[in-house]
Amino acid sequence: MSVFDGLKYRRVYSPIHNLDPRIKFIYVCAIFAATIIYWELPPLITLFLIQVPFVVLAGVQREWIRSMRGAAFLATIIFVTNFIFSYISAGYTVTASNLEYAIAMTLRFIVLVESFSVFFLTTSPDHLGLALEQTRIPYEFCFAFTTAVRFVPVLAEEAQTIIDAQKARGLELERGNFLKRIRNYIPILIPLIVSAIRRSLELAEAMESRAWGATKKRTNLYVLEMHRGDLLLIAITILILAVAIYVRLSLEIPSLSSLLGGSFF
Amino acid sequence: MIEVKDVHFAYPNGVEALKGVSLTIKNGEFIAIMGENGAGKTTLIKHFNGLLKPTKGSIFVDKVETTEVSVATLARTVGFVFQNPDNQLFSETVEEEIAFALKNFGFKEKTIKGRVTWALNLLGLTQYRKTSPFMLSGGERKRVALASVLAWNPRILILDEPTIGQDHQQKEKLLQFILQMKTQRKTIIIVTHDVEFVAECDPRVLLMHQGKIVADGEARKVLTNPEILLHASIIPPQITQVFLQLSDFELPKEVIDVYEAREKLLNALERKAK
Repeated sequence: MSVFDGLKYRRVYSPIHNLDPRIKFIYVCAIFAATIIYWELPPLITLFLIQVPFVVLAGVQREWIRSMRGAAFLATIIFVTNFIFSYISAGYTVTASNLEYAIAMTLRFIVLVESFSVFFLTTSPDHLGLALEQTRIPYEFCFAFTTAVRFVPVLAEEAQTIIDAQKARGLELERGNFLKRIRNYIPILIPLIVSAIRRSLELAEAMESRAWGATKKRTNLYVLEMHRGDLLLIAITILILAVAIYVRLSLEIPSLSSLLGGSFF
Repeated sequence: MIEVKDVHFAYPNGVEALKGVSLTIKNGEFIAIMGENGAGKTTLIKHFNGLLKPTKGSIFVDKVETTEVSVATLARTVGFVFQNPDNQLFSETVEEEIAFALKNFGFKEKTIKGRVTWALNLLGLTQYRKTSPFMLSGGERKRVALASVLAWNPRILILDEPTIGQDHQQKEKLLQFILQMKTQRKTIIIVTHDVEFVAECDPRVLLMHQGKIVADGEARKVLTNPEILLHASIIPPQITQVFLQLSDFELPKEVIDVYEAREKLLNALERKAK
C-alpha cells in the first residue's frame, strides 16, 4: 500500500500545514493548469523545481519520495507509450525531439502527482471538510467527501487483511500470466467492495442515531481564517500562473536539446 | 510441530507487537491463546502460516523455517480461519467458496466435489450448497469460512475468535468438532476471549500480555489463578469464581468444570453432614 502512504496525512506542524486549505487547493489547481499548457521540457522542469521548497518547508520529504516511487510505474507506462507513438509518427527514427517529448509528458504527470501529493500530505481531512463547508458547499457533500478521504487508510488496512485471508487459502497473487494475475484480484476486490458497502450502511445508521441532519444550520468548532502566509501563497500562485500564461503566449520556448547546444543526444 | 524461537515482531509503523516469544507446539495439541486486546495474539498466529515473518528470531513448522517457503505452501499444512468471515467470502455460491482453496492447491475435480460435500456436511451447511454466502446470517457465514478451510484437511488448524457471534448450540457444536479433530491427532490453536468456552474445552492455555507469554499451562491451572488472569485483563470462569469465593470452606480452588464442581460441593456437604 505504498501508493496510499504517499498521500496519507500525518499530523505535524509546519508553515505549509498551517496554510488555508482553500488557498492551497487554488495553488494546486494553478500548478495543474500551468502544467497542462506546456509540452516542452524546460518549463516543466521549472514547475517541478518550484515545488521542492514547499516539500522541504513542510518536512514531508520521505512521504513525498514514497509517493513519487508509487507513481514510477505509471510514469514508465506514460513514457513508453509516448515514446513509441512519437517514434512511429517520426517515421521510425529516434530523434532528440521525440525523446524529449516523451520525457516531457512523463514529467508533466510527475509534476501533477507531486503537487497533489504535497496538498494531501499537508492537509488534514478535517481541514479540507471545513474548507469545503466554508465555501458554502452543502454539508452532505462535504461530509461525504471527508468521510471518503478518511476511510482510505481504513480500506487499505482492510484490503491487507483480505489479502492475508485469501493467501491463507492458497491464493498466490503473483502467479500466472498477465490475465490470470488480474483475475487473482477478484477474491480481494469482492470482499473489499461488499464490506465497504456494509460499512457505509452501518455508518449511515450510526450517524442518523446521532441526529445527523437534525438542523439545517450547523455550527463549527473551528473556523478557518486567512493569515499572512495565505496571502503570500495567493501572490505566488497568481505570479506562477501569470508568468506561465505570458511565456506560453508570447515567447517561443526552446527545446532542452537546443539549449544545450545540440549536445543532448 | 511448531517451534517458536525468541520471536520479535514490529509492524512497519514501529509498534512492537511481539517481544521475545518462545514456545513449542507438539502435534495433536489443543491450545487456546488468550490475553487482552493488543496483547499480540493475532500477530503471533499470523506467524504460524508465514503471513508475518519475524523481525528477529525464527519459526519452524515441521522443521521448515517459515521464511523459506511461501504462505501458499505453508497453508497446505496450516489452515487459518480469520475472525471476520466477510474478509474472505467472495463466491457466488457456498459450494464455490469452499472449492476455492482446493482449486488453488490443485486438487482434482472429483476430489474437490467429494471434499466440498464432506465439509458442507460436517458443518451442517448442506442445505445452503447453492446459496450465495452473502445471503447467510453472521454465524452461518462464519461456518462457511471454517468449512472453506477444513475442506483441504490441514494438519494444523488455527481459529481466530471462533466463538464470536455463535449461539450456545453452535458453540457446543464447535466444541464437539474440536474434540473430534483432537482424536484425529490434529493440532488446534484457537485465539479467544471466551473464558467459559476455554473452561469447557480444557486445552493448554497460553496467556499473552504486551507481546510476551506470561503463563503457559493447563487451563485448570491458568484459569484458576486470578493474579495472572488480572494481568491479562481476563476474569476466571464463573464456576471458578464461586470456588475462589468459597475457599474458606476447605474447597479446592482449581475447578473449571461444572460437573466437577457439583461433585466437589456434594462431597463437602456430605462431609459437613457427618
